[in-house]
Amino acid sequence: MIKKLIPLTAAVALLASLGSVQAQSSRDYISIVGSSTVYPFATVVAEQFGKTTANKTPKIESTGSGGGFKLFCAGVGVEHPDITNSSRAIKSSEIETCKKNGVAEIVEVKIGYDGIVLANSKKTDAMQLTLKDIFLALAKEVPDPKGGKTLVPNPYKTWKDVNPDLPDRKIEVLGPPPTSGTRDAFVELAMEGGGQMIDSIKAMKKEDEKRFTAVCHTIREDGHYIEAGENDNLIVQKLEANSEAVGIFGFSFLDQNTDKVQGALVDGVQPTFAAIAEGKYPISRPLFFYVKKAHAEVIPGMREYLSEFTSEKAWGPDGYLTDKGMIPMPEKERKKFAENVKNLTPIQ
Amino acid sequence: MWCENTGNNMSSAVSEASKPEQPLRTLDIVNAGLAKRYRAERRFRRLGLAAIIASLAFLSMLFTDIFWKGHTAFRQTFIQMNIVFDPELIDKENLAAADYNGLIRKALEREFPEVSGRGDRRELNQIVSPGAAFILQEQLRDNPDLIGQTLPLWVPANDDVDMLMKGHIDRYAPEDERRLSDKQLAWLNRFEEQNRIQKKFNKTFFTAGDSREPELAGIWGATVGSLYTLFVTLLLSFPIGVATAVYLEEFAPKNRWTDIIEVNINNLAAVPSIVFGLLGLAVFLNLFGMPRSAPTVGGLVLTLMTLPTIIIAGRAALKSVPPSIREAALSIGASKMQMVTHHVLPLAMPGMLTGTIIGMAQALGETAPLLMIGMVAFIVDIPGSFTDPSTVLPVQIYLWADSPERAFVERTSAAIMVLLVFLIAMNAVAVYLRKKFERRW
Repeated sequence: MIKKLIPLTAAVALLASLGSVQAQSSRDYISIVGSSTVYPFATVVAEQFGKTTANKTPKIESTGSGGGFKLFCAGVGVEHPDITNSSRAIKSSEIETCKKNGVAEIVEVKIGYDGIVLANSKKTDAMQLTLKDIFLALAKEVPDPKGGKTLVPNPYKTWKDVNPDLPDRKIEVLGPPPTSGTRDAFVELAMEGGGQMIDSIKAMKKEDEKRFTAVCHTIREDGHYIEAGENDNLIVQKLEANSEAVGIFGFSFLDQNTDKVQGALVDGVQPTFAAIAEGKYPISRPLFFYVKKAHAEVIPGMREYLSEFTSEKAWGPDGYLTDKGMIPMPEKERKKFAENVKNLTPIQ
Repeated sequence: MWCENTGNNMSSAVSEASKPEQPLRTLDIVNAGLAKRYRAERRFRRLGLAAIIASLAFLSMLFTDIFWKGHTAFRQTFIQMNIVFDPELIDKENLAAADYNGLIRKALEREFPEVSGRGDRRELNQIVSPGAAFILQEQLRDNPDLIGQTLPLWVPANDDVDMLMKGHIDRYAPEDERRLSDKQLAWLNRFEEQNRIQKKFNKTFFTAGDSREPELAGIWGATVGSLYTLFVTLLLSFPIGVATAVYLEEFAPKNRWTDIIEVNINNLAAVPSIVFGLLGLAVFLNLFGMPRSAPTVGGLVLTLMTLPTIIIAGRAALKSVPPSIREAALSIGASKMQMVTHHVLPLAMPGMLTGTIIGMAQALGETAPLLMIGMVAFIVDIPGSFTDPSTVLPVQIYLWADSPERAFVERTSAAIMVLLVFLIAMNAVAVYLRKKFERRW
């Protein structure tokens, strides 16, 4: 009887303590949310910051860019995150939501670039693709190969069908699902870029922009494009096992697995560190984080974290972020954003 | 074989004897079909056996794969360096501010004086882990007299070096296909010749929190997070679950309302766990304003998830206590509550505990509901209380599995092994409790 009462009273005590938890009035660590692409870079900075300063290590959640903005824009106060990482620029609708919830001043910081690569197993030759090939191989609807303006469901089965110069292999592409930021960037950069190379699709952009976006952003669903989940390591493993397949993932995974997979040349450019940094490689995207200005003076360590992230030893060409596969910005851009961070200049 | 033969002989003998128009006897029909029935049974048994063998094969494949990939993570490559605790670089008053990376760079420079040029120096520094500086810092903090002395110290090698030593990077691959350059290999060979590069037990793996450097990453942070979370879960779900089971089984009237409650509890046990996460997000975080990523909230969400399991197991345990015990207690004048607390509950307790432990084991392996309440996060500091941000073991596995660095592959498998050990231990306790205290009637 009494034995039974002990856990019960303990539970009551715990519930009572939860009541006090509610009234959380301060937070002594930085709370960061956002993109899973920026996560590997932000975590390195956070760890460095935690180990070299007296502050606690920031907490970083990998929620995806969209999910990050949702949490970030929910309001001002310690229960809301201070920083959100993003693999795309903030949308005007998101700025609106932020404003509505009292998050008026947001500081935008671009941190560098990330390349998206199409890679296959080292057991076969590297592919030489153009954006047009990528579009024709992966779009759900393509212009009728027999001619004419009409769009037909994608009839191509092998790469050779798409372009006679390409190998006679089945089109089998392992890529990210629609929830992924990598997929967003891929359709925007590669598929839209490829669509523009085809006259009839390019003409559509002028006539009916919505239709153009829909055509370019819809990837085929007949088994030639396989959604392989958010885990890029898994894609690398699958490529190793299946030398016919092509995978789509971030540059840092190619960088770590150069002995197993090779990146396809896109428009004649190899996905190398230098080519992406110089802007020659066509499928690369900027990475950002956004800071809530109202939190900068309230949460301890915010200023130091920001200056750590924007220091040359972190995001410079020889910085530790480049070791993790991030492509640095040119010096002028770095200076500009470092200045923005220093003065906490909000987006207009 | 024997059965089959006799069956055939008998049936043929009988059929010959009864050639004239005698009616077909039941025995004849049975005998005629006997061989077929025996065959069917043997087929059925063989299929059952095949099913067991197949599942065992899959299980052993899984275990071998995990063990094969993970066993190397328990050892880590260390390099012995002659560190000079240079008084010029260390401020005695402020040990934390000393440039420990500088000490390591200097030691490497002394080792390889011929290396010059910024790029080469950078490559040279890359063979030692960035965490080596913290080891020096600890050494000096424990023993400040080291200043001015030279000490041979084992410091962790970088993850790429570790992978090379463990054979996960092919030394003979062309230079552009591996992450270590020819120069770095030559330097490492020098260390190897002097026997100053060795694999030692990886203590960091069991004592550190998460890190983005594989050689510095450990599971202790996640383990502590799991313990806090499970403690909250146990503290809430066990008393609530047992009380619910006792009330429903012993006191509640049997009517439509209790039927509805029972159906709902059974349904809840089958609800996907992510739903409980969404509920936790809506109720605990948004409505009650509890902190994100805290073990308390994780424990609350997992309580919701494990409650149905505990209630169902508890009711089954109570049902298995024979009614004669209850009647005997009541007949000698015990009140209903005395009957339950003195007799029925102690007898049902082993079954209830088993159910609770299995529910806990389920909660230990859960990630989906924790995703919604922010426990899928990068957390370096070891959580120190129920409200500190923390993560749990399965989440740590998930995060490592998604990291680009090659060295995280083996650490992922090693963390899975640790999680499996916890699960097996918990289930073993459940089996032991059942065997030791269970009463059969």
